[in-house]
Amino acid sequence: MGEGTSLFEDAPEIDLSRGRLDLALVRLRMAWRTLRDGWAVFVESRIGVLSLAIIAIFALMAFSHPILMATVWTPDVYDPVTGYAFDRFEHPSPPDWRHPLGTDSLGRDILSQLLFSTKSEFILGITAALVTVGIATTVGAVAAYYGGLVDSLLMRLADLIIALPGISLLIVLSALFNLNLFYLALIIGVLGGFGGTAIILKSQALSIRVKPYIEAARAAGGGHFHVIFVHIIPNLLPLSLLYMMFTVTGAIFAEAVLSFLGLLDIRMSWGIMIHTANTGGYLLAGANYWWLIVPAGASITLLCSAFYLVGRALDEVVNPRLRRHDR
Amino acid sequence: MTNYLLRRSGQMVLTLFLIVTLAFFLVQAQPGDYAAFYSLNPDIPAEAREQIKASFGLDKPLWQQYLIHMKNTLTGNFGVSFGHYPRPVIEVLAERLPRTIVLFLSATAVSFYLGFFLGKAIAWRRGGVLEYAATISGATLFTAFTPAFALMMIWIFAFKLGWLPVGKFLDPLIWRGAEVTANHVFSYMLATAAAFVVFAFLTLLVARKSGRFATGRLPFLIIAAGAVAIPVAWAFTGIGYLALDILRHMILPIATLTLISFAGTMLLTRNSMLETMREDYVMAARAKGLPEKVVRDRHAARNALLPVITSLVYSLIFAIDGSVIIEGVFSWPGTGMTLLQAVRSEDLPLVMGAMVFIGLFSLLAHVIVDVLYVYLDPRIRYQ
Repeated sequence: MGEGTSLFEDAPEIDLSRGRLDLALVRLRMAWRTLRDGWAVFVESRIGVLSLAIIAIFALMAFSHPILMATVWTPDVYDPVTGYAFDRFEHPSPPDWRHPLGTDSLGRDILSQLLFSTKSEFILGITAALVTVGIATTVGAVAAYYGGLVDSLLMRLADLIIALPGISLLIVLSALFNLNLFYLALIIGVLGGFGGTAIILKSQALSIRVKPYIEAARAAGGGHFHVIFVHIIPNLLPLSLLYMMFTVTGAIFAEAVLSFLGLLDIRMSWGIMIHTANTGGYLLAGANYWWLIVPAGASITLLCSAFYLVGRALDEVVNPRLRRHDR
Repeated sequence: MTNYLLRRSGQMVLTLFLIVTLAFFLVQAQPGDYAAFYSLNPDIPAEAREQIKASFGLDKPLWQQYLIHMKNTLTGNFGVSFGHYPRPVIEVLAERLPRTIVLFLSATAVSFYLGFFLGKAIAWRRGGVLEYAATISGATLFTAFTPAFALMMIWIFAFKLGWLPVGKFLDPLIWRGAEVTANHVFSYMLATAAAFVVFAFLTLLVARKSGRFATGRLPFLIIAAGAVAIPVAWAFTGIGYLALDILRHMILPIATLTLISFAGTMLLTRNSMLETMREDYVMAARAKGLPEKVVRDRHAARNALLPVITSLVYSLIFAIDGSVIIEGVFSWPGTGMTLLQAVRSEDLPLVMGAMVFIGLFSLLAHVIVDVLYVYLDPRIRYQ
């Protein structure tokens, strides 16, 4: 545009790159404020904070295993799969100061198995949750934005997946094929992502789609792709985070059940620890061999319910209608 | 309303079709040849082998096999089980399906009622001790590792206390001299239970229609009299002790399944109630001076019920999956345990059959929820 043709001759010159930086800063500040307000609501729920602490403890446990293996534990004795406690004459042996949770029927240290498995549970849960939420958020946003045929197809697919009994399907899959941790996480993620989570995120996306700022973005010349990924999906993220928590619970639970049935191709996990105790015939011995079942069983229940309860506390942050008082 | 139900049933048929397809291709895709499984199984005599090969078209290309399989499935021919040779798959499954249905239905009914009752109570008195206790214990049971929890129940009630049998469907020692089969007795028990439910429902319906009668205790007394009459009648049939044996074996699995699944309904009802309690009509009901209990049960809880019913499909699937695990742990010979045994022994025809049956089962549960939803939601009923 030439100098003479401009309508706003005395308008201040705008440095576009500087404006972008300012915009980014404003967005960052707003995100920070949302986070801080959300945290304030989250902290009100005592159960939520307690559960978060439990998750943090499990995370510490996961980190502690490689450190312990490198420093005080010799691999010959303490390896979770191939170790053998030479210092005991019979296995399973009860807890003492060298083996704080005792040994299993094959002479392996239970505490080492427990700590080693924690890492894989986290990897499994988080991978499954990321896959689920990645797919579900995209599917939900796309279905809500385009509507029509795309919407019907995706939602009928979701209805179909909801109707499938997941654990039964996973039992068949893991029995017929060699599933390892990664494939399991992928399958759980895909099933969840195209299933129930997609429906919930779509209904949320529908209410975002009719907001004025979406129309404004379209009027300003934003393409479909731009509107979906820059305007709709970021507003779906809080709800996505919530459903990530529930997916983690489901994934850890599914892995434990399949391992318990002895159907997975995994070296060590909490489910396998109970499976070992079960096939050895120690389960109905109950309190006599408690260290074979209680640590693994309690870990599964604790970690699953911690993620689940954090999800429920987040629900009160995301859904203002559930809050105790308005903010 | 008819439109809605027709559309839903159309979707269900499509879903069933896809489940059959999925089961077929999963079994085809697994390492190892399905046709070879049939023809190499030494338990199957040569002439039967040829007959099976021909009827399933195992020498034909895959797409033709698929079409034949679909036709066979639709006509109820699921093939012959490897593990239970020479019994056909459909016979094995038909024998076991009622046991799963009973386990699932009674656990779902009890856990739904319990969950709804507790959910509205903890929402009404928010922040109380009851809420913390119910939320934590509910969520713990809900996310508890089902096999370990079931084993703990067995250990406590069957092993330590010795009140109930450890597992299985019946006690062979009691049944040794019996002249009737277990399924025979079980189907009579099912018929009795169904008749009782219809009787109770009709009594309540008549009571509600005829005004004054409803306010008294009479309908409940009639139902209670019916409940007392049933065991007395069974005691005179001569097979009452056999029915009692099955009943004793049922208690522990049903209780376990109920305990692990009530929390879903409870926590959902709580959230739904919290949203409903903010509505103006609840405040209006309070302002009218209605008793708290009436406001809670008649005004808030009735409206909070609808989203809970909508989400019932999720808890149904949870309960179906849970019953597969529980059947495995309790050795309860239903469809779920059949599936577990079949996948472990590579009894492929039975795997496909059991998958289709479990899928069919969950679809039927969906249809029931849909009908219930239509009945409860006037917006759909009067469309």
